[in-house]
Amino acid sequence: MTSLSQFAEVLDYDEALAKFDPVLGLEVHVELNTNTKMFCGCPTEFGAEPNTQVCPVCLGLPGALPVLNQIGLESAIRIGLALNCSIAQWCRFARKNYFYPDMPKNFQTSQYDEPIAFEGYLDVELEDGETFRVQIERAHMEEDTGKSLHIGGATGRIQGAEYSLVDYNRAGIPLIEIVTKPITGAGERAPEVAKAYVSALRELLRALGVSDVKMEQGSMRCDVNASLRPRAEDQDSVPLGTRTETKNVNSLRSVERAVKYEISRHAAVLTGGGKILQETRHWHEDTGITTSGREKSDAEDYRYFPEPDLVPIAPDAAWVEELRGTLPEPPARRRRRLQGEWNFSDKEMRDLYNSGAVELVEATVAAGASPLAARKWWTGELSRLANLEEKQLSEMPVTPAQIAQLQALVESGKLTDTLARQALEGVLAGEGDPEQVVEKRGLVLVSDDGALGEAVDRAIAANPGVADKIRAGKVQAAGALIGSVMKEMRGKADAARVRELVLERLPVDAPDA
Amino acid sequence: MSELTRRTAADLAQLLSSGEVSAVEVTQAHLDRITEVDAGVHSFLHVATESALADAAAVDAARAAGEDLGPLAGVPIAVKDVMTTQGLPTTAGSKMLEGWVPPYDATVVRKLREGRLVMLGKTNMDEFAMGSSTEHSAYGPTRNPWDLNRIPGGSGGGSAAALAAFEAPLATGTDTGGSIRQPASVTGTVGVKPTYGAVSRYGLIAMASSLDQGGPCARTVLDAALLHEVMAGPDPLDSTSLTGGYPDVVAAARAGAKDGIAGLKIGVIRELHGGEGGYQAGVLARFDESLALLTKAGAEIVEVSCPSFTAALPAYYLIMPSEASSNLAKFDAMRYGLRVGPQGVEGPSAEQVMAATRAAGFGDEVKRRIILGTYALSSGYYDAYYGSAQKVRTLIQRDFAAAFAQADVLVSPTAPTTAFPLGAKLDDPLSMYLQDVATIPANLAGIPGMSLPSGLADEDGLPAGIQLLAPAQADDRLYRVGAALESLLVESWGGQILDKAPVLDAKTLEAIR
Repeated sequence: MTSLSQFAEVLDYDEALAKFDPVLGLEVHVELNTNTKMFCGCPTEFGAEPNTQVCPVCLGLPGALPVLNQIGLESAIRIGLALNCSIAQWCRFARKNYFYPDMPKNFQTSQYDEPIAFEGYLDVELEDGETFRVQIERAHMEEDTGKSLHIGGATGRIQGAEYSLVDYNRAGIPLIEIVTKPITGAGERAPEVAKAYVSALRELLRALGVSDVKMEQGSMRCDVNASLRPRAEDQDSVPLGTRTETKNVNSLRSVERAVKYEISRHAAVLTGGGKILQETRHWHEDTGITTSGREKSDAEDYRYFPEPDLVPIAPDAAWVEELRGTLPEPPARRRRRLQGEWNFSDKEMRDLYNSGAVELVEATVAAGASPLAARKWWTGELSRLANLEEKQLSEMPVTPAQIAQLQALVESGKLTDTLARQALEGVLAGEGDPEQVVEKRGLVLVSDDGALGEAVDRAIAANPGVADKIRAGKVQAAGALIGSVMKEMRGKADAARVRELVLERLPVDAPDA
Repeated sequence: MSELTRRTAADLAQLLSSGEVSAVEVTQAHLDRITEVDAGVHSFLHVATESALADAAAVDAARAAGEDLGPLAGVPIAVKDVMTTQGLPTTAGSKMLEGWVPPYDATVVRKLREGRLVMLGKTNMDEFAMGSSTEHSAYGPTRNPWDLNRIPGGSGGGSAAALAAFEAPLATGTDTGGSIRQPASVTGTVGVKPTYGAVSRYGLIAMASSLDQGGPCARTVLDAALLHEVMAGPDPLDSTSLTGGYPDVVAAARAGAKDGIAGLKIGVIRELHGGEGGYQAGVLARFDESLALLTKAGAEIVEVSCPSFTAALPAYYLIMPSEASSNLAKFDAMRYGLRVGPQGVEGPSAEQVMAATRAAGFGDEVKRRIILGTYALSSGYYDAYYGSAQKVRTLIQRDFAAAFAQADVLVSPTAPTTAFPLGAKLDDPLSMYLQDVATIPANLAGIPGMSLPSGLADEDGLPAGIQLLAPAQADDRLYRVGAALESLLVESWGGQILDKAPVLDAKTLEAIR
């Protein structure tokens, strides 16, 4: 029995949903892309040598004091406004006290009961185009901790490790924590809603220009809270169940999977007469399951109190309004506008959105390509290549301007589609802009009548039967000869000109009738 | 003893600028004095002989080159060991930081260097500035030059004793609840706690952030003013630093000594004058004498009432430990300072090392306050303790506001008693805490306060102090009234009070060793 209980039992998802109503809560930490840290002047660049971007303040040396990064505050307010939140007229930082080696001061400077932004919402678009409103509880400012690296253990976690290394470069990086209210009413679509929320939030933050929002680099991190309550007629009157918090679910797909897994697991426990422990859980990307972390007892006491080293924040109302004026067009509205401008169908636009290519297409169009061509490139060849390499479209090493240039070469007749794909391959291989690749690889279309004429003559000579058919009026048979020429010239022949040359050489015999 | 060591800082500055003495001569005279008496007095934790002489020589060279130097250039100073000094050890009187050499200067220290004052070394103090006797130093107590078997006050006993023993003409201090003023009172010297925010806290190892304030220690009011002017000023590295409103304290000191105080209203705080405070008769007698002198000089004495002051000490002993418990969390053996492995544990965890280090590195008084503060901030107790204490703070501010509506400055005895014998209060923390009963309200309200000698108590022949208090950012009033009272007192004594101190001869010092 004990061996069996090691395997987390899960209930079939549909069965779980028939019995229970899922309630979610999402906490998203976003690293701001300010040049300097939240409370000192240290740079924030990702990937620097460990412990090179540190100073007395972010190392918590005795005597050092924090000073608030004004750009960090500005970003926080803009995020709050974009999430339709109220902005606090007066608020403070608070110290969250607990001991951990990657936290230099053994308290985190955060916000507690006075967040900079509160009571907002975000409308998220589901895959079928339906809109779901997620209520936002709060968005507050805090500093990131250092990063621990546990060496010698099997799991990379602190348990079982021989020793640990700490990199304080991350300590003090500005974070905004965005917390939803309990998300109810999503029903079976809860996993999809969770994913769509994180996706919409990411899109919004990217549009605001306040964060790199790279989940894979940890500049956007998601904690998923989930609980179940029995299904009922009057669902809202049923109190919420005990929740679990699954930490660091760091991809959109994982958010969806983790929610689904926790729903099935909770359902199995509850159906089996068990109780859900209020605890934090670890998400395992590889196996798609969660395992128990530390139990989150009520005894955990962070002894919050107002941070006496920082002065209260009282953003001037006029300044807040000024910041409101800097907000970008809401992404959903912008998509509808672009859809109209581009004349795409709902499905085409949704596919574009789901593949994360809206901005890329927009930029490609801005660089001169037609919307249709831009969409074709990004959702066609580039999506195919990105899939092969398991990359995001935005990570492909090609710029929208390069795609626009490539398309211009096609439209001017300098490249065929085949040649254009070869040129793209060169661009992705780092050989430069499409024009440079064309030159280096000699991908020029041959439209010189001399060379083409000789090839056409050879094709006619090699295919007398086809030639006869054409002469007999079966003009569509010309395709075979064109193909033969293209083959000989390795795709570099100007197909239109070849056709003209073929037809010139093989005039249709005057019909008798 | 060289004549130079008995000079005031103002005198030395004049001698230096006129070229009558060199900075090296002045520095050497003080270093000699330290060598002569400090084994008995123990004002210093670290004497920076080499760098002091080098700095002095550099001042002499600069002066010879005709450089424009600050008014105190070349004047020696002793620096409280709570201020970080790049290249000089800084321990805050704790084993926790034994051997730590900070990589950065406190803003105050930077200002001293820029003003070309010569740092003689670092002065002894109660561990992390927690105490009123300097007996809580991890490196042994400092002795009062008036009677080597008595305490020099605390936490800044080292700085005060260095002045009283003529080891330095100037010293720095920090005052959280009286750590500048009470040592000044019991050593016959002058100490000023400026308005909160006037002197940058950057680089001052924090006890209680909302109460800590650096300030000058000297033997005369004018000297204190000269040092105050160097130390104060806005600092972008300290968010709580005042951005403006720095009165000219030097001019005020000069004006007070010259023009007197006729017409000024002086308020005697009823709650800090006898009654329950356990004030020593001789302290009260000298206080009343000072009032008589002020009246004779044309000031009007009024009585004011500050009823909330009875709650000041309890409120202070909730707020201060709360902040201290968090401020001292950073001493965890992970990045700097002491590291102790737990006994009998093979391959201890970081948590075990933290616990063992903190158990071994902190003294009893520090632990007492960390425990008090941790408790006061705990969930469920926060409102009753920390929350209520903050309300008391508001009430005290209101009492002061009302009192200052009736008087230009307020006065009280600084400390209820003269210097008590070493060890007398070590086992009785409450009685030790009561030393600060009159000084704490100023810290809770953020207003400036000064202590200057009022004479010697009849019963023990030891110095007593009078405290002057002024509204926030009206530090100049302290200097004006202080300088006026000082000249009246000196006239009545027929000389400086320290002229009456016993000579620290070889025999006396030998007896201590």
